[in-house]
Amino acid sequence: MSLEIKNLKVYYQTLRGQVKALDDISFKINDGDILGLAGESGCGKSTFSNSLILLKAPMKYIGGEVFLDGKKLPVENYEKMKEKRYKDISIIPQYALNAMNPTVKIGKYIHDVFAYKNFSYKGVDNELKRRLKIVGLDEGILNMYPIELSGGMKQRMVMVIATLMNPSLLIADEITSALDVSTQKAVSKMLVEFRDKKFVKSIIFVTHDVSVLYQIADKILIMYAGKFAEIGPAEKIIHNPRHVYTKLLVKAMPEVGIKFSDTPLTGIPGHPPLLIDPPEGCRFIDRCPEKMKECVKEPPVIKVGEDHYVACWKEVKKNA
Amino acid sequence: MGKYFRRKIIIYLITFFVAVTIDWLIPRFMPGDPINALVGRLSNYPQATQVAYSNLQRAFGLNIPLWDQYLNFWKSLFQGDLGISITIFPKPVFEIIAEALPYDLLLMVPAILASYFFGNKFGAFAAKKKKLDNWVLPIWYMLTATPYLWLAILLAWAFGVVLNIFPIAGAYSFSLTPSFSFDFVFDLLKHWVLPFLSLFIVQLGGWAIGMRNMIIYELDADYSKYLETMGVPEKLIRKYAYKNASLPQITGLAVQLGIIITGAITTEIVFSYPGLGHILNKAILQEDFFLIQGCFLFIIIMVLVANFIIDIVYVLRDPRVRHSIGGEM
Amino acid sequence: MKVKNEKEISNTKEILYFTFKNKKMIIGMCLFLFFLLLGVFGPYLTQYGPMDYAGPGYHPPSSEYWLGTTFFGQDVFSQLVHGLRSSFGVGLLGGTIATLIGLSVGFFAGYKGGVVDEILMMVTNVMMVIPTIALMIVFAAYLPYRGVTIQAVIIGCTAWPWTARAVRSQTFSLKQRNFVSLARITGVKTIKIISGEIAPNMLSYVFMVYILQFGGSILAAVTLDFIGLGPTMGISLGLMLENAVLWNAIQLGMWWWIIPPGLAITLIVGGLYFMNTGLDEIFNPKLREM
Repeated sequence: MSLEIKNLKVYYQTLRGQVKALDDISFKINDGDILGLAGESGCGKSTFSNSLILLKAPMKYIGGEVFLDGKKLPVENYEKMKEKRYKDISIIPQYALNAMNPTVKIGKYIHDVFAYKNFSYKGVDNELKRRLKIVGLDEGILNMYPIELSGGMKQRMVMVIATLMNPSLLIADEITSALDVSTQKAVSKMLVEFRDKKFVKSIIFVTHDVSVLYQIADKILIMYAGKFAEIGPAEKIIHNPRHVYTKLLVKAMPEVGIKFSDTPLTGIPGHPPLLIDPPEGCRFIDRCPEKMKECVKEPPVIKVGEDHYVACWKEVKKNA
Repeated sequence: MGKYFRRKIIIYLITFFVAVTIDWLIPRFMPGDPINALVGRLSNYPQATQVAYSNLQRAFGLNIPLWDQYLNFWKSLFQGDLGISITIFPKPVFEIIAEALPYDLLLMVPAILASYFFGNKFGAFAAKKKKLDNWVLPIWYMLTATPYLWLAILLAWAFGVVLNIFPIAGAYSFSLTPSFSFDFVFDLLKHWVLPFLSLFIVQLGGWAIGMRNMIIYELDADYSKYLETMGVPEKLIRKYAYKNASLPQITGLAVQLGIIITGAITTEIVFSYPGLGHILNKAILQEDFFLIQGCFLFIIIMVLVANFIIDIVYVLRDPRVRHSIGGEM
Repeated sequence: MKVKNEKEISNTKEILYFTFKNKKMIIGMCLFLFFLLLGVFGPYLTQYGPMDYAGPGYHPPSSEYWLGTTFFGQDVFSQLVHGLRSSFGVGLLGGTIATLIGLSVGFFAGYKGGVVDEILMMVTNVMMVIPTIALMIVFAAYLPYRGVTIQAVIIGCTAWPWTARAVRSQTFSLKQRNFVSLARITGVKTIKIISGEIAPNMLSYVFMVYILQFGGSILAAVTLDFIGLGPTMGISLGLMLENAVLWNAIQLGMWWWIIPPGLAITLIVGGLYFMNTGLDEIFNPKLREM
């Protein structure tokens, strides 16, 4: 078992009070899984990926546990996490195109990072060059400044850097949102290849675009307003979603098969609730077209299939 | 990159052209008859009046067309003829300025370099510590608000009069003649310390503030954040941020140049330090217009040259600039 | 529309709240107001005119002469409070002129773009390289009579370039935003877009620019006064310092003559800088947290 999250709660401390950005999330994924994490902006995706690797103010750890490879990850301890970061858990950030220092040559940059982390650069030198070849970059790139690279090259370079230490978990945070469709595809494929080649054990792929996930994810986790909504095998989530919110999300995406259609998406009307004072019970209640009287109470997480869990009163009733 | 520099040089040439034109234009467009007005003010210097009069007439050349006057002005400029000083009669203005210039450089170059270096270091250091920052920042602000001339006066009074450690007038003692002897150089240094300090201290504040703000900005930049998610020790993050923050500070130097020169001028006046500022002050008080014109021109030239040097250094130091100008031009 | 108004009101409230919570802002304002009041009411506290020979020269501070007397027996306190008036006058007028020119040049260059931008920026760059002091020297040197007003105008007309440059880039970035292009598509006139859409969005920025120009003008005036290009009549803080140096106040150890004028300038300008950073924190929520 690669990654297990138990009741993780992380809030934001603000002047007006606590923002419950990540409220009681639990799930697990296996070695080799690519987990797609989807939801509208503000659903807690970024908070979640950040709290795994870099939990710091104004984020505030409230409770819960994270296990990576069976060992407890000290996410709440900024200093203790330092040695875990990059080595065991690594991230390709949303801002990957600006992630490298613009005034230092890339080779020197990697060198510096390794030197300051007390890793041996010599040990990875050959591996680095091999991986550059895999992603289609020339060795000479190490002698260039980031500004001399195109967007796609920078993206691939950061992918190589992020996985150089063969981390157990790689977080890919909205890495395709800034790219055009064909580059999106190439980058997604490369991630799958990295997993297949065991450069990383498992991947959490964060995106607001469910259709991207269908291409690469083994499992999909849907979050809404800081809460767990549904998790299950990608096929199931796409073809047989159970949570009302997931259904609407999937319906809103371009039809599978007719990829990247020009027809505008039918968004879900309304906005997610303010997380400083979220509604009691199911947080989707205000926008849910199928709400019932039970929905004012917290929905329990129930199993609806193999590896398929959902937190929706409709399913509870159906299975009762 | 060639095009970048060509463009810069064109701007500097235009600036020089405009400056010379202003220099030529202004006395001509003042109300009244400039020659009589000017000569009228020379009554204190009977021996100079006659020469000055003919000088002025030649320079203003009122009996030839304006266009020719203007061309003549340029012509004599290129021959190094800036006219004859009235106060230090009959010394050519060019010679006076050429003698003064080394003292300006002696004062300004070390003051600028040292304050740039230490200001950046202090600024970066204080930005690390919130408590220290809260204490030190107001001091930096007060320093930049201090007029150079007042700090010079204070230093002269405290160290020159009350403590009586340093001399407060001239570049070297009257009793010595310039030579490369130890005595002379030591004496020169002693006279140099206080004017240097007044320039150094005021500028220090400005650099420290600039660096502090820049480094806070850089520490918030994406590349710093990414290093943090890699769990890299803070030392490297600081090192990178410092490097990247100090680069834009170089352009800050270009912007500050005018103010620094102004500061140097007033400081020299306080210490009777024989640079351009000291001469300019004399020229203004005694209405020696050729000398004023000459000083004006040389200040412009100094600024232009310094700007150009800064441009080159900036391009050499920052790969981003190098790439953007190499790429688009 | 109603929603927007409510939001604006709460914004104003928030800004006022942070204004009175911000230490830099309060210290800066106190310094500034103290000297402003001293300049306004000070002259009524002394029986001597600034140029009057009030008593014995070379007299240290006493109950009779609060800040002592000059070499010639003029009352330093009287000179100081009158000098403050001209400093504030120069700051007000010079700062206003420089801000106005800088704003208009920057706005139009940034908004119009193209050739207009090229030309205006060329002028700005040229003006920027020529040191203000050099221009001021030439202007001032040939004027037979100089008053505080003329001095302020000269300072204002030479100090604007950096403002123009900064305002231009601000305008550029604002222009890219939606509300401006919307107004543009609907055919609103340039002036109207600038005064109706861009300027209000830049109000806080303009205010900060004005504060800096105010302080800059005061400093510039001191320098001009000191090198002998001050007002030909009346008194100013720079003239006090010029006279003090000219009549060997340093060598004679007349600290009461040399400290007050410089200290007043430093504290006024420093106060303005404090206000400027304070405002930056108030208007820029990101800095506020720090």
